[in-house]
Amino acid sequence: MPSLLGNIFDIWSDYLKGNEQGGHHKYEHMYSMVIDLDKCTGCNACSTACYAENNLAWVGEEKFGARQAMNWLRIERYFDEPDMDAAGDGHGMEQAAATQSDTQDRGASFLPMMCQQCNAAPCEPVCPVAATYHTVDGLNAQVYNRCIGSRYCANNCPFRVRNFNFYDNAPTAWPAPMDQGLNPDISVRSKGVMEKCTFCIQRTRAARDTAKREGREIRDGEIQTACQQTCPTSAILFGDLLDETSKIAQVWKRQQMKLGVYKQDKANPELRGYRIFEELNVDPKVLYLERVREV
Amino acid sequence: MSDQKHLSQEQAKDIDENIAWAKINKDVLRSMENPRKGYWVALFISICLFCVMIYAEVYQYIVGMGPALLNTSHMWDLYISTFVFWIGMSHSGTLLSAILHLVHADWRKPIYRFAEAMTTFSLMTAGLFPVIHLGRVWNFYWVMPYMSDRGLWPNFRSPLIWDAFAITAYLTSSVLFLYIGMVPDLAICRDSATGWRKKLYTFLSLGWRGDDRQWRNFRFTYLMIACFLIPLAVSVHSIVSMDFAMAIMPGWHVTTFPPYFVAGALYSGCAAIITLFILLRYFFKFEEYMTMPILDKVCKLTFVIAMVWTYLNLIEFSAVWYGHDIPSKEVLIAKATGPYSPFFWGMMLCGSVLPFALLSKFVRRNMYVMFFVSIFLNVGMFLERWMIVTPTLSLGYHPQGFNVMWPGWVEWAMVGGSFGWFGMLFLIFVKVFPCVSMYEVKEMVFHRKRVIYEDVDEMMELHSGVPGPKAEPQSTGGA
Repeated sequence: MPSLLGNIFDIWSDYLKGNEQGGHHKYEHMYSMVIDLDKCTGCNACSTACYAENNLAWVGEEKFGARQAMNWLRIERYFDEPDMDAAGDGHGMEQAAATQSDTQDRGASFLPMMCQQCNAAPCEPVCPVAATYHTVDGLNAQVYNRCIGSRYCANNCPFRVRNFNFYDNAPTAWPAPMDQGLNPDISVRSKGVMEKCTFCIQRTRAARDTAKREGREIRDGEIQTACQQTCPTSAILFGDLLDETSKIAQVWKRQQMKLGVYKQDKANPELRGYRIFEELNVDPKVLYLERVREV
Repeated sequence: MSDQKHLSQEQAKDIDENIAWAKINKDVLRSMENPRKGYWVALFISICLFCVMIYAEVYQYIVGMGPALLNTSHMWDLYISTFVFWIGMSHSGTLLSAILHLVHADWRKPIYRFAEAMTTFSLMTAGLFPVIHLGRVWNFYWVMPYMSDRGLWPNFRSPLIWDAFAITAYLTSSVLFLYIGMVPDLAICRDSATGWRKKLYTFLSLGWRGDDRQWRNFRFTYLMIACFLIPLAVSVHSIVSMDFAMAIMPGWHVTTFPPYFVAGALYSGCAAIITLFILLRYFFKFEEYMTMPILDKVCKLTFVIAMVWTYLNLIEFSAVWYGHDIPSKEVLIAKATGPYSPFFWGMMLCGSVLPFALLSKFVRRNMYVMFFVSIFLNVGMFLERWMIVTPTLSLGYHPQGFNVMWPGWVEWAMVGGSFGWFGMLFLIFVKVFPCVSMYEVKEMVFHRKRVIYEDVDEMMELHSGVPGPKAEPQSTGGA
């Protein structure tokens, strides 16, 4: 019904649908990521690639120590819990504390953590100026120009993956000739602006434009994020979940993982796939495959 | 040391009902001319603090939010705690003037004017902080729904937008309330002022002559705004509490926050009223109007509100404790045992234990003791707000975000400066405008002198010709 009233009803039903499903509801793509922690060696190449690709300012040791760094992708280290009762005499805690060195026998586990592009992102409703919103690509976008820096989004992010420009980092990060090496496809953020992982949106957009020019759909594997491209062990997989034939959709299917739920119903509990904080009902779109270790 | 006599004086009555009306006028008008030296000292300190704040803001504007030592987990810290603190301060003026006006508690009359001024100016202070804490402060007006040629609107789902609306609405109404309640007094000032004051009061008193029609309209308007302001005041702090309650973070996502915040607001506001009561009484020699029995009543009110606050506080703790949400429980335990625990226990001590001192009549009637007690009550309330914001941010859900921070000098300068800004506005106000309501004190004196409260029905009949409630059975029986 192309009348005014019909329009209102259309929008209303759209709104209700979006409200029920959380976030945007007319997705053209649903970009997602799968990270195989079994393959991750914690080499930090992805983080470095992210710095290069997305014009992330390095802030120096001092500000990094003050937790004012701009790393969109961080490698988190997790050490195994020491065996609290190895000897069986009830003094395992003290023994573990006494013998524990900085490096454990089997080393740390690593987890690359970046914006999880939640479909029901807690950062989105709280932004006073709607600077962060969901795109039709299923991405959680951050509009730098619109951001006024109220930082509510970062406070409401359970993953703590939003980075704020506490200083005007550009002059110190890229002194005179270095600024020639900046990625021209993405802006350099000024002070007072929130930023975060975009799943390399400039690459997504470029691929979309190319596909449109050539009159075809985007091919699976055509878009590679910088971290994926750099990962020496190919631990990171990126793709469109709405494309049923894509590799990533098949991984999600194989792992019996679904979007839009806060508790997965898996027939096989041995499957390694999990999402972080999905019980908060934020519906994250990054699927982690658990690390397997011999016992 | 003539004031010493008054300080220790035990008075039984709220006010001496034999004060002549002319003396009331004279005393209040005199207060606007020659305050004690302490006034100028306080004003000087306030202006100095405010200058520090301006320096810090300019520095932050140029350098960025970094020197405040905010970090990736602690994005708000003292800025938002101070904001909540000042919003809280703004609630008691409304309580004292609007709620007590509706319940006809006439002891409020000599002190409500400055309490209302406190409301207005603490709102103006609070309103600074959401602006100060913005990363790009020069774009602060983007939170207002103005007609942008790009068709951009603010995000109406965001509690920060609700804040913006609630605060502007409350500020407008409380300024109106303060101003309208002052019009008859401004006319008195106009009649005796000279120079620039004459021009100012002539303009502001809106041609008040004090005839019947003006008084009738005035009463009606005042009552209407009072009725309008009460739900507004409750809603404002509820909305401020939603900044936290609407978030998903453990320690913030608490359904009891709105009443808890409102109680805390009334509490800190009452404590601030006591502090300012004592200061103004000293500065302007208001010993005859701001009397010890009135202070006594405010103290009792503060005690009751303190107990309500303590109750809601314990309710919140027990709700979290038995709620079995592990991250929230961890935040609660970390508050009591973690790195911020001295402040948490300081808050419990100042906020929940110290009010029991108000049970003692000696404390309530001793201005020196009450001055420090009221300040420490407010210290407790400041710590409360800090303990709402910071421990949650230092823990949260993700272990990689766990960290402890101490605010940088810029943040402290802003906090100190906010007191300077408030003090400056308030002190200038009480010097330029009558901070004791002359016409209402006259009413109070009049009623206290004429009306013997046991015979209220008789008096009503006498004055209005309408039989009082007690007289009713007789008249119906007669019919």
